[in-house]
Amino acid sequence: MNGLRLFVNGVERRTEVRGGESLMTVLRERLSLPGSKNACEQGECGSCSVLIEGALLCSCLVLAEAARDRDVRTVESLAAGGELHPLQRAFVEAGAVQCGFCTPGLVVAAAALLRDNPEPTELEVREALSGNLCRCTGYGTILEAVRRAAREMYTR
Amino acid sequence: MTLSIPTRVRGVIGESTPRPDGVPKVKGEFAYASDLWRDDMLHGATLRSPHPHARILGIDTSRARGMAGVHAVVTSEDVPAGARFGLMKRDQPPLATDRVRYAGEAVAIVAADDIERAREALRAIRVEYEPLPAVTDPIAALAPDALLVQDDGNVIDEVQVLHGDARAVAPVVVSGEYEVGMQDQAALGPEAGLAVPDDDGGVTLHIATQWLHEDLGQIAPCIGLPMEKVRLVLAGVGGAFGAREDVTLQIHACLLALRTGRAVRMTYGREESFYGHVHRHPARLFYEHGARPDGTLVYVRATIVLDGGAYASSSPAVVANAGCFAAGPYRVDNALVRCVGAYTNNPPTGAMRGFGAVQSCFAYEAQMDRLAAACGIDPVEIRDRNGLVEGDRVITGQPLIGSAPVAELVERVAAAPLPAHRSSDPLELPGGAGNLTHGEDVMRGIGYAVGFKNVCYSQGFDDFATARVRVLRDEDGPLVRVHTAAAEVGQGLVTVCQQIARTELGIERVELDRADTSIGSAGSSSASRQTWMTGGAVQAACREAKAELETRAAGRGATLAIIDVEELLGTPVDRTVTHRHRPTEERTTHMQDDGHVAFLLAAHRAVVDVDTGTGLVKVVQIATAQDVGKAINPLAVIGQIEGGIAQGLGLAVMEELIVRDGLVRNASFTDYLLPTILDMPPVIADLVEHPHPDAPYGAKGVGEPPAISSTPAIVAAIRSATGRDLPRVPVRPDDILGLSTQSGPPAGRWRIIPGEDPRKAVRA
Repeated sequence: MNGLRLFVNGVERRTEVRGGESLMTVLRERLSLPGSKNACEQGECGSCSVLIEGALLCSCLVLAEAARDRDVRTVESLAAGGELHPLQRAFVEAGAVQCGFCTPGLVVAAAALLRDNPEPTELEVREALSGNLCRCTGYGTILEAVRRAAREMYTR
Repeated sequence: MTLSIPTRVRGVIGESTPRPDGVPKVKGEFAYASDLWRDDMLHGATLRSPHPHARILGIDTSRARGMAGVHAVVTSEDVPAGARFGLMKRDQPPLATDRVRYAGEAVAIVAADDIERAREALRAIRVEYEPLPAVTDPIAALAPDALLVQDDGNVIDEVQVLHGDARAVAPVVVSGEYEVGMQDQAALGPEAGLAVPDDDGGVTLHIATQWLHEDLGQIAPCIGLPMEKVRLVLAGVGGAFGAREDVTLQIHACLLALRTGRAVRMTYGREESFYGHVHRHPARLFYEHGARPDGTLVYVRATIVLDGGAYASSSPAVVANAGCFAAGPYRVDNALVRCVGAYTNNPPTGAMRGFGAVQSCFAYEAQMDRLAAACGIDPVEIRDRNGLVEGDRVITGQPLIGSAPVAELVERVAAAPLPAHRSSDPLELPGGAGNLTHGEDVMRGIGYAVGFKNVCYSQGFDDFATARVRVLRDEDGPLVRVHTAAAEVGQGLVTVCQQIARTELGIERVELDRADTSIGSAGSSSASRQTWMTGGAVQAACREAKAELETRAAGRGATLAIIDVEELLGTPVDRTVTHRHRPTEERTTHMQDDGHVAFLLAAHRAVVDVDTGTGLVKVVQIATAQDVGKAINPLAVIGQIEGGIAQGLGLAVMEELIVRDGLVRNASFTDYLLPTILDMPPVIADLVEHPHPDAPYGAKGVGEPPAISSTPAIVAAIRSATGRDLPRVPVRPDDILGLSTQSGPPAGRWRIIPGEDPRKAVRA
């Protein structure tokens, strides 16, 4: 076991990790942040998406050691001050949440998209979210949620 | 007395009200089963058979038991003698005894301080196997001299539907053989549960499941406890689609908790999930349709063989469904259908959305298109002409009640706007960002399909749901609390229950108690049944509660219309109701019975672009019309429709769990391909509301039809684009290019006269 320091959602966190442990495991099992979901362990489903120094990554594919001393943002950071992020609100209102297992990863990925591209075309949204599997919705309501959030965030 | 001011109650039925668990889910705070945590908990893990069929000569657990941090190693010796579980036949030992019957069967379980130690302990267990020959072709499994998978024979169940004249003749005859590959439910949430020993010697299991009480009934005898000492609580469920109807880790987690006296969590990884749960039945279907020259059906004959894998699960009901619905939603006076489910040494198969109706729909809709072509009429016309109307009888003799708008649905999808002419942007063409074409070899095709299926449980099953409704008041005013054991698996039942309570009681604040086994069963979240059943129970309990409130109001010389309801709630109103649908008839020899409660119908039109150079398909648009009876929550209905279509698209062109010689070859999301947001086209959904007279508010249940006829519509569109027969799903690029050396499975092709007993099959 090795000591590890990370900055998670703006807070300095220290924990012991086993060699080879993924960042996802550390977040979920050692830091009590289960919002990042484990659905495939192979970077195929995007359910564990986080931002590391602002870059969108599957935390299951990142060694915890590689995140040493880095800034990590998880889904738990999106609702700042308790108020839902516009994307979170839009996901609820547009019906983009069913079982919800993919939802944390999707809102993190969509937040990264809208941060970089305030007015994405539909095809750009599809490309940006193509690393996030959803088994329930068929994605139509997810597209609608991203559209609504983009409108709310950037066209007031 | 305070006069009440009539205010509009928000979130009643018919509104697209948001779901109550939406906010915790978007915040990452909703606790799924795999998120459960106790500081002192142990971690469970499972050792599985690497062989599809083998005798177990010995299991040496001594080294594993001696490892630091390992608290229990459990094999069949530690399970009550003769313990068996299974949905419809108790035929599976919780841990293999002397034989393993499929690759992936659980052999031993361990509990350790952490998951790494648990896995190390598994590696330290020595199992001595004597591999046996495996039966992996379901048709070969039916031969009289086949090696037996189960001692009482390889037939799990079979049905024969005989309707009218089995030997009817017709001037136009089309026949075909079809095959459906093994689809996986692939719910994103893995199987997971937390078992906690109780002070009374019992155990409480927090579990992601579709049916708490069914699990309870299977768990208790396998852990040697009376039912009253086993308690189940629903943990957050990350999707289900049928896969959580069967017991997976429930018994194992409880055994480990009881053995160690500690809380034990078990969570499957994705690979183990593919081994741990049942899949959709692969099917071989042999069909013959006879018709008059104008396309009017004269007869349908079919033989269907479903691969049930090593244990029965829900195969008997899937077999009955594939048989009952084998002719589709069409009027036909003569039918002969045989459907058999076979035990093999393949992975067990059971429930998946559509449940037997998916397999036969793929075949009968291909047949309807062949018939249309043979008669020189178009696909819409042949469905219009033969579509059931209210009062018509299906091939099991049961009349359709509550509308059967086949022609209406087909005409609605045919009238939906078509997509724009195809783009020349490679990103919007087959292959997408792979940049494989500018459209030079791309052909567009359009296909149609209609499907139908039963709602609720059928054929004499005592199907019921229980709901408790309490009306009380607190500092914020009147409040309704609804308690059921129904599993919210993502479908939105929680919202439906709230909407019904608000509608019936006129009180906006409705809270739901956690589903558990302290109340009566709600039945399964399957068969599209929970709105009808648990929704019906909530409606009935609310109506009883309302009657009590009316009595209380009358006692004060008032009515509910003019009194503030809070004044009536000095003591809460508390009502528990068990709701049953009308009884159905049990199976008869030739399946001529009133076996179903009601039928669900949908039609789909698919538009596809096919790159005939690479064999890749892009589904461009799906139009659907579905008779939902009444949309309790239109947004949630759209979610069911689009989600079901995505799964139908997956079966059409992507999804197959590949099993070779009994071994799963692609147990990962890297190799088992699921539709992404790039694969899913826009959906035009037309909700048709013809209420069913027996259903609460007329709502028919919506979950399954989207996954039934979407697959054949897409394949019909690919056929129309390419001219290929494409008798098998999923359609692979090689099938489109004509490069498939063999369209049947590796075990070989068979010749069967449609309608005949598949035991008479001969190798082609």
